[in-house]
Amino acid sequence: MDNDEEKLFRVETRTWLEENCPASMRTPMPEEERVWGGRNPEFKNPEAKIWLERMVQRGWTVPSWPKKYGGGGLDQAEARIVDEEMRRLNCRAPLFSFGIWMLGPVLLELASEAQRLEYLPRIARGEIRWCQGYSEPGAGSDLAALQTKAEDRGDHYLVNGQKIWTSYANQADWIFCLVRTETSLKHGGISFLLFDMSSPGVETRPIKLISGSSVFCETFFTDVEVPKGNLVGEVNGGWQIAKALLSHERQAISQMGARGAGRLPSTEDMVRGYLDTPTGEIQDREKRAALASLLMDDEAFAYTCSRTAAEKNGAALASMLKYYGTEQNKRKFELLMKCAGTDGLGWEGEEFVDDDLELCRHWLRSKGNSIEGGTSEVQLNVIAKRVLGLPD
Amino acid sequence: MTQLSNEDIDLLRDSARRFFSEQMPVSAMRKIRDDKHEQGFDPEMWRGMSGMGWSAILIPEENGGLDLGHHSMGIVLEESGRTLAASPLMSTAVLGATLIQSLNGSTQKAPYLESIAAGDLVVALAVDENRRHRPHDIRTTGIQSAAGQNSDAFVLNGRKTFVLDGHVADRLLVLARTAGTDDDELGLTLFDIDPKREGVTITRTHMVDGRNAANITFTDVVCQPTDILGKKDHAFASIERSLDTARVCLAAEMLGAMSEAFERTMDYLRLRTQFDVPIGSFQALKHRAAVMFCEIELTRSAIYCALTSMDDGSDTSPKLASLAKAKASSTFELVSNEAVQMHGGIGMTDDEEIGLFLKRARVAQQTFGDVDFHRDRYARLCGF
Repeated sequence: MDNDEEKLFRVETRTWLEENCPASMRTPMPEEERVWGGRNPEFKNPEAKIWLERMVQRGWTVPSWPKKYGGGGLDQAEARIVDEEMRRLNCRAPLFSFGIWMLGPVLLELASEAQRLEYLPRIARGEIRWCQGYSEPGAGSDLAALQTKAEDRGDHYLVNGQKIWTSYANQADWIFCLVRTETSLKHGGISFLLFDMSSPGVETRPIKLISGSSVFCETFFTDVEVPKGNLVGEVNGGWQIAKALLSHERQAISQMGARGAGRLPSTEDMVRGYLDTPTGEIQDREKRAALASLLMDDEAFAYTCSRTAAEKNGAALASMLKYYGTEQNKRKFELLMKCAGTDGLGWEGEEFVDDDLELCRHWLRSKGNSIEGGTSEVQLNVIAKRVLGLPD
Repeated sequence: MTQLSNEDIDLLRDSARRFFSEQMPVSAMRKIRDDKHEQGFDPEMWRGMSGMGWSAILIPEENGGLDLGHHSMGIVLEESGRTLAASPLMSTAVLGATLIQSLNGSTQKAPYLESIAAGDLVVALAVDENRRHRPHDIRTTGIQSAAGQNSDAFVLNGRKTFVLDGHVADRLLVLARTAGTDDDELGLTLFDIDPKREGVTITRTHMVDGRNAANITFTDVVCQPTDILGKKDHAFASIERSLDTARVCLAAEMLGAMSEAFERTMDYLRLRTQFDVPIGSFQALKHRAAVMFCEIELTRSAIYCALTSMDDGSDTSPKLASLAKAKASSTFELVSNEAVQMHGGIGMTDDEEIGLFLKRARVAQQTFGDVDFHRDRYARLCGF
């Protein structure tokens, strides 16, 4: 419940959003209209540009960041109100950004003031598009086994190695990258580097997934020179930063179910459509029960997200949300595929309607949710260790 | 309603936890079971609980209550669940108190509320008639005799089952059909009856969790219009509201019980050694433990949200009540089963307390509607 100040802020927020959020920015967003910003930003919908500019002006691409870093300077309650009011009006997120979801929060916490002032305002304005250099062919769940090397060459580091599953590496301007600066220690030999993807020696190659999309890349570094000032935190102190960033990533991924189904109708509407029951009680008892179970868990999960956001219990709870949110998203698409029958099995072509083709691709893509950002099994390990205190 | 601050809620939780762990530990519940205790709960403890004010939480101040709201009631019940404490909290302080308030058109029953608040009166609600909870499907009849024969009295006939505290109640609240047919929500009337009235036969049942319920038959029980609580034929809405309150409060009790069973199991995983290592180091067990943790947290969110919505008088309370009870039932089933399995052979022994949690889980799951009942109801309330 809002107190008096919050009520006033809610009214102001609502009024501002109603006056400033363009009409088309209040409709469900097709994936291709997402705004990722960067050096060469793309706006498929011209109103998206207006919307982004207005939100940047107000600091509301990152409502809770301090104003000097381009944020809105809002406290937790105010930021929640902005979020709730945006949902209420169905406002699109003005910016999709790994900088906002992942890198920004750790820079705020762990970077030098000079680094914060250099990077955060540009992240807030959507001027740099970031990618994440974490996994390697030999370092997946065992991330700290990474081998990409950064050699100290006096005034710069010389980076050599290979990353994999680098989302949008081929479109990113900069990378936040885990590198090995010391080979005798596993976790204690890792550092956290930021560098420009247009540097000589950086090469990317998209990977085609089972869903047909290719947002993940292999990324190769050959003698890439990185200025020393681009190292965040201490030399060999990167693992702590890596973990802090992962918990932000996990929170972001756990919300994909709520945020990411693109323009697909609601689960209930899709189930109704496939079962030819546009209104009234769904007659297929098993599907009805399955839908109810799914929506009940969705609802309990949504309350858990807001409860734990208020409780601020950190990394271990992020693992819970990541585990449950992604498994739940997979369950949703399995149910929809069952309801769709053979209509859901089309790969391409005019014989299938767009929503059904999209469903099939989403279903396939959802399988990656419980792998990327730490597998479900890794999340359960984290919970067992950090929350339950079970022995190694 | 007096809204407690977060600090006051913490204090309430602390004092409840202390009371139940010190005065009513699991061993006390076991003793009641082994002694086949006549009342099925310890009256001295019930006096203690009323002394703490817990029988008065849902009763308005003008009726001698504290009016602290559902959230507070839920906290007390959650803590009572940790030690499997049996008491008339559910039958009387939750169901009785809320029903009498909502059906009490005149002030005729106000003295009941004061007696409940003071811990002097136990009431039992008789709804269920079959092995499953179907509160609208009532066959017990209250037929009004033909005019001129016996003034405007009603004659009750039927059989009620699984009546919580039915064998010790001072008053019975009996839902009977006075109009309409089997599945109608309209035509249900709540009668307030002295258990000693002629034609009332009460048989106590010993349940697997060591608690009581009763089967009660009504054979030509004569009731006067003054025995009706609320309006004739229109009891169902109030019954549903009170049942929803009871569902969420029971879910809170189940949350306490499942949390306790889970924590005991985690302790066991850390202590029990096999193959020279604690069995909690095995990933096969760690992952199941972590999954349980997630399910318990989701259950907790649903229950707290439902309690808050009841305090706010929100329209979504019925839906949230079904969500909370369904989630509590399925998670308690999971946790109680895993708790016994992870305790191994020792978990199968009567000496070890973990089995008592399994037994309580199954009774609580069935009480006021199981998972299937509430999933169906949730779907209906969502409109599909």
